[in-house]
Amino acid sequence: MATKETMTINMGPQHPSTHGVLQLVLELDGETVVKAVPHIGFLHRGVEKLSENRSYHRALPLTDRLDYLAPMSNNLGYVLAVEKLLGITDQIPERAKVVRVMMAELTRIKSHLVWLATHALDIGAMTVFLYCFREREAIMDMYEKLSGARMTSNYFRVGGLSLDLPEGFENDVRDFIDAMPGHIDTYEGLLTGNKIWQKRTIGVAKISAEDAIDIGLTGPALRGSGVDWDLRRDNPYTGYEDYDFKVITRDGCDTFDRYKVRLDEMRESCKIIYQALDKLQPGPILADVPSVCLPAKKDVVNSIEGLIHQFKIITEGFKPEPGEVYQGIEAPKGELGYYMVSDGSANPFRMKIRPPSFVNLQALPQMVEGSLLADVIAAIGTLDIVLGEIDR
Amino acid sequence: MPELLSLSNDPLLFIGVMVAKILAVFIVVVLIVAYATYAERKIIGRMQTRLGPTMTGPLGLLQPIADGLKLFFKEDIVPAQSSKLAFILAPMMILVPAFITIAVVPFGDTMTVGGYVVPLQITDLNIGILYILAMAGLGVYGIVLAGWASNNKYSLLGGIRSAAQMISYELAAGLSIIAVFMLSETLSLRGIVEAQSGSIMDWYVFSQPLAFCLFVVTSLAEINRTPFDLPEAETELVSGFCTEYSSMKYALFFMAEYANMIVVSAITATLFLGGPAGPFLGPINLLLKVFFFMFLFIWIRATFPRVRYDQLMFMGWKVFLPLALLNIVITGAVVVF
Repeated sequence: MATKETMTINMGPQHPSTHGVLQLVLELDGETVVKAVPHIGFLHRGVEKLSENRSYHRALPLTDRLDYLAPMSNNLGYVLAVEKLLGITDQIPERAKVVRVMMAELTRIKSHLVWLATHALDIGAMTVFLYCFREREAIMDMYEKLSGARMTSNYFRVGGLSLDLPEGFENDVRDFIDAMPGHIDTYEGLLTGNKIWQKRTIGVAKISAEDAIDIGLTGPALRGSGVDWDLRRDNPYTGYEDYDFKVITRDGCDTFDRYKVRLDEMRESCKIIYQALDKLQPGPILADVPSVCLPAKKDVVNSIEGLIHQFKIITEGFKPEPGEVYQGIEAPKGELGYYMVSDGSANPFRMKIRPPSFVNLQALPQMVEGSLLADVIAAIGTLDIVLGEIDR
Repeated sequence: MPELLSLSNDPLLFIGVMVAKILAVFIVVVLIVAYATYAERKIIGRMQTRLGPTMTGPLGLLQPIADGLKLFFKEDIVPAQSSKLAFILAPMMILVPAFITIAVVPFGDTMTVGGYVVPLQITDLNIGILYILAMAGLGVYGIVLAGWASNNKYSLLGGIRSAAQMISYELAAGLSIIAVFMLSETLSLRGIVEAQSGSIMDWYVFSQPLAFCLFVVTSLAEINRTPFDLPEAETELVSGFCTEYSSMKYALFFMAEYANMIVVSAITATLFLGGPAGPFLGPINLLLKVFFFMFLFIWIRATFPRVRYDQLMFMGWKVFLPLALLNIVITGAVVVF
């Protein structure tokens, strides 16, 4: 009789569909996956350790490079954590808060666009990929106008924002979100009703609500399993309690429902941005905390006190009281948490990051074992992982 | 009434005309292959809000030549652990059946050369359809061999997928053609064209719509085009059977893919759309029909995701095969009663 042998195949770290440098060691019986073991660490840069040798302001750019598809969300989590550590959360000016919400939601759209693009491409729908990148390009242009960089924006500051909105920026945002729901309909037109797309996603990579909670899934991956949990609503930060939006959940537990959750989330994000634009009033963009925030440029140039003030913050930084805080935010991919410990010096004593992708990746073996090779690709896509964040 | 030119009545002229016909068909097919790549990039580009090639020559028209030159000058890599002979043979085994299938496709009525009648077709086999099915079946050997000889697990999976796909779809394709020659009562492609030569309503696409749809879909699977491009499946198998190929060997695979597109389009046009019949000169009518199908294939590629291996098998065996059988039964009933 024929003996049964399994074939071990290394998917990655060089593979077009592992979304970076993830290595999956798959044991295949024919095309059926018997066992899947993710190997990570190829992109490790030691962000957590590096931050211990930098002052709080200077650790901020490191966070851009975690989830490089959603830099502003990473910035936001970090500045909120440091503000909590300093105890200045209440002193953040209204305008800064509104802009933060607006940019965080634009970032959510941007991140979901890349997710949809690559997920669809993995399953073979090439056109959606290019449509998504067209819209993403518009957001990148806004990023560039705002911060000068398209990906590593480094725009938020402890205490507020680095710069005020450039002229005409609000109109750009409004134009974009006016058009965005129509674009989402286009993607849905190509995919949602498509029989092949449905066959490839419905019932694929299932994970029950219980298992999802046990593993610690967060974000759209959790809400696609029917768990109603969103930090923006359940543990609001930076003024999310003042916005009216729905938390999208669906009960299918499969790839298709996670896809629908993310698409509907983009629509909700557009609504939040509308509200943010309406709330936007002229005003200061930095908190009035001279020991933390840089002085205005005109003071630095015109007065010796201003110059000294800037010099002190740049060279010494600020020193929070010893203590520890945890701040979690609802990043596009799930709960992004910063656990900061201060020993009273100008550098963080410890910065522990809880990246959503890292935790979500744990669900992969359970999702794919017993299914086909092609479903592994769909499962990686539906988890929406970014290796920059997993390996840190 | 002039008689048919054959090897017995004027051997020299016959050979000369034959060589001319073969060369003409070959050159046209190769040209279409080259510019099909260009057309595909342009059309898909437009569909995807891009421009496609624009920089090489006017409108990027020299792009296929640049691509060819580039591939020609690439290093020709044969992996150390591969089976050398099979590895080198495989691309040829794909390309040759693709090209020779076109030999039985009639591209016009007849013309008179030196007092003899010459049919516009390289050769009119009386078992033309069997020949086509046989050649289509041969093509898959190249893919399986390429996948196996590369000694690469992804390539192997691609090769296996290709074999499985072939078996599932060849059957439905063959059975859908049976309904056609039940009506035409001949296996010769010329005979089938003549059977459709009346008005446009005599085209088999109208009397055999189900067979037509089945044949178009199964031929998509047979030439490994989206949504049935499983053996390549860039995002799953890293290009599958041609992962390890480079330089001219890769170019041969590439040419074979487009040559297969042309062949399948030409056969579909012949079987269901009256072949060279139409308002213009015979070959031009046929070419227009071929271009229509190629555009359809490109359009489908820009629209659909890829089906999964097991779903493809399911469709082949449990949907298309019964449908094709049903079609035969219905056709038989109509023919008899």
